[in-house]
Amino acid sequence: MSENALTPVLETSHLGIDFGGLTAVDEFNIRIAPTEIKGLIGPNGAGKTTIFNLLTKVYRPSRGVILLDGKDTRSMSPVQVNHAGIARTFQNIRLFDKLTVEENVKIGLHAHISYGMFSGIFRLPGYWKEEKRAHEKALELLDIFGMADQADVRADSLPYGAQRRLEIVRALATEPKLLLLDEPAAGMNPSETAELMNNIRKIRDEFQIAVMLIEHDMNLVMGICENIVVVNFGKIIAEGTPKQIQKNEKVIEAYLGSGKES
Amino acid sequence: MLANLINGISLGSVYAIIALGYTMVYGIAKMLNFAHGDVIMVGGYVAFCSITYLGWPPVLAVLASVVVCTMLGILIEGLAYKPLRNATSLAVLITAIGVSYFLQNAALLIWTSNTKVFPNIFANLPSLKLGGTQVAPVTLITVFANIVIMIVLTLFTTKTKMGKAMRAVSEDKGAATLMGINVNRTISVTFAIGSGLAAIAGVLLCTAYPTLMPTTGAMPGIKAFTAAVFGGIGSIPGAMLGGILLGVIEIFGKAYISTQLSDAIVFAVLIIVLLVKPTGLLGHKVNEKV
Repeated sequence: MSENALTPVLETSHLGIDFGGLTAVDEFNIRIAPTEIKGLIGPNGAGKTTIFNLLTKVYRPSRGVILLDGKDTRSMSPVQVNHAGIARTFQNIRLFDKLTVEENVKIGLHAHISYGMFSGIFRLPGYWKEEKRAHEKALELLDIFGMADQADVRADSLPYGAQRRLEIVRALATEPKLLLLDEPAAGMNPSETAELMNNIRKIRDEFQIAVMLIEHDMNLVMGICENIVVVNFGKIIAEGTPKQIQKNEKVIEAYLGSGKES
Repeated sequence: MLANLINGISLGSVYAIIALGYTMVYGIAKMLNFAHGDVIMVGGYVAFCSITYLGWPPVLAVLASVVVCTMLGILIEGLAYKPLRNATSLAVLITAIGVSYFLQNAALLIWTSNTKVFPNIFANLPSLKLGGTQVAPVTLITVFANIVIMIVLTLFTTKTKMGKAMRAVSEDKGAATLMGINVNRTISVTFAIGSGLAAIAGVLLCTAYPTLMPTTGAMPGIKAFTAAVFGGIGSIPGAMLGGILLGVIEIFGKAYISTQLSDAIVFAVLIIVLLVKPTGLLGHKVNEKV
């Protein structure tokens, strides 16, 4: 537990949200160390995506505190949370379909491109310099996933697996400290999943960021996550290393059902 | 024949410039800004006052008109539409109609209902002879302005970061927000551009048809909206094509069929196009997310 000596990149306490009378998430307490890969698993409908929506402030928490790099995000809007360092992908892919692959990445880079509208319209030197920088940066990021040669392709013409990878690149372009991946391997075949695992590790090592991922593919979760949080009915039921989680009775019951699997 | 075609293209170019405002706002904010036509009227009055009362040169008057309308657009968006960002589209539509009446009545208070005669700001420029037809300078300038605006807007939306942000917001506001794009600011800029274009359209329209009243913007506004739908709402080239076709159809209808029926002909063509191609000439099929 030496990681806990550092300020966690994300820390929540007593986080919860109600929808009407329904408590979707309650007493959600986690700490994510600066370069940790954390898994968030649980049965369908356990509230995993809701937790991502809380962390990115898509939903306003009903109670509790979210500290990002030690700063309270209570008064932040989703845009400000992104600028402060959380980026995410979506369970159902939400790329900008009509934009090219490179443009999608540049949308992510948006906050880091610094020229005004004026120089954009009149093509002042600042525009060319910054656009060139953005272009190079976009290609560099795409190259992590071997997608640089598809930069000019429209996003909706990419195959499914590539769209998922592009979502990760786009999120990475916003220069996050914490990357939230919502089922990154959904719909991928085993070899694509294996490659994705390598890439997630590579991203963490290269950019020195934390990753939290929701995933149903247990090979991926157990393979790359250093720590796993298990939720059921909106509450944490277990937390620990992959080995501990695999042996946890509560998890086996919640996740696989109490009866014997056929 | 040629004269009618030229007149049609000229009128159509004005419609096209107005239609661009409708189409951009619709594409990005997903709302119909029915007050857009009245911004044209305000633009006309500002230019009129600058020239007639203040004695400013036409270039300065046009500039003043653009500045005032741009600010007006931002103001309307911030005060009337922004608070309704998550409201039903019907609420926003009715608010837009309310803003339209507000602008018309404010103009009535400020400038009264007396018709103002708009000065011919291009009087000093020579007209062009084209195949035995006199082409007025305002016609040339209108068509030229239209082409320039089209090129600049296309470059703006495809090449600049604000343009890309607009296209991203137009596709998925939620995802754009989570990628760090300030959606409110993007929508504000869209209104600013649309309203600035409305000012230019206002000056061109009033120069070609020099009567100015508080209701001057209403009919061209509706026609331009028709043009935007005709070309495929949300599409920039669509607005351009729709505007010019509409202008040509209107002038030809007036010349060869009936002056009184020309508006009816315009709308009949719209109905036929929408029956055959509901998304408009250049519109894309929209897949509603469930």
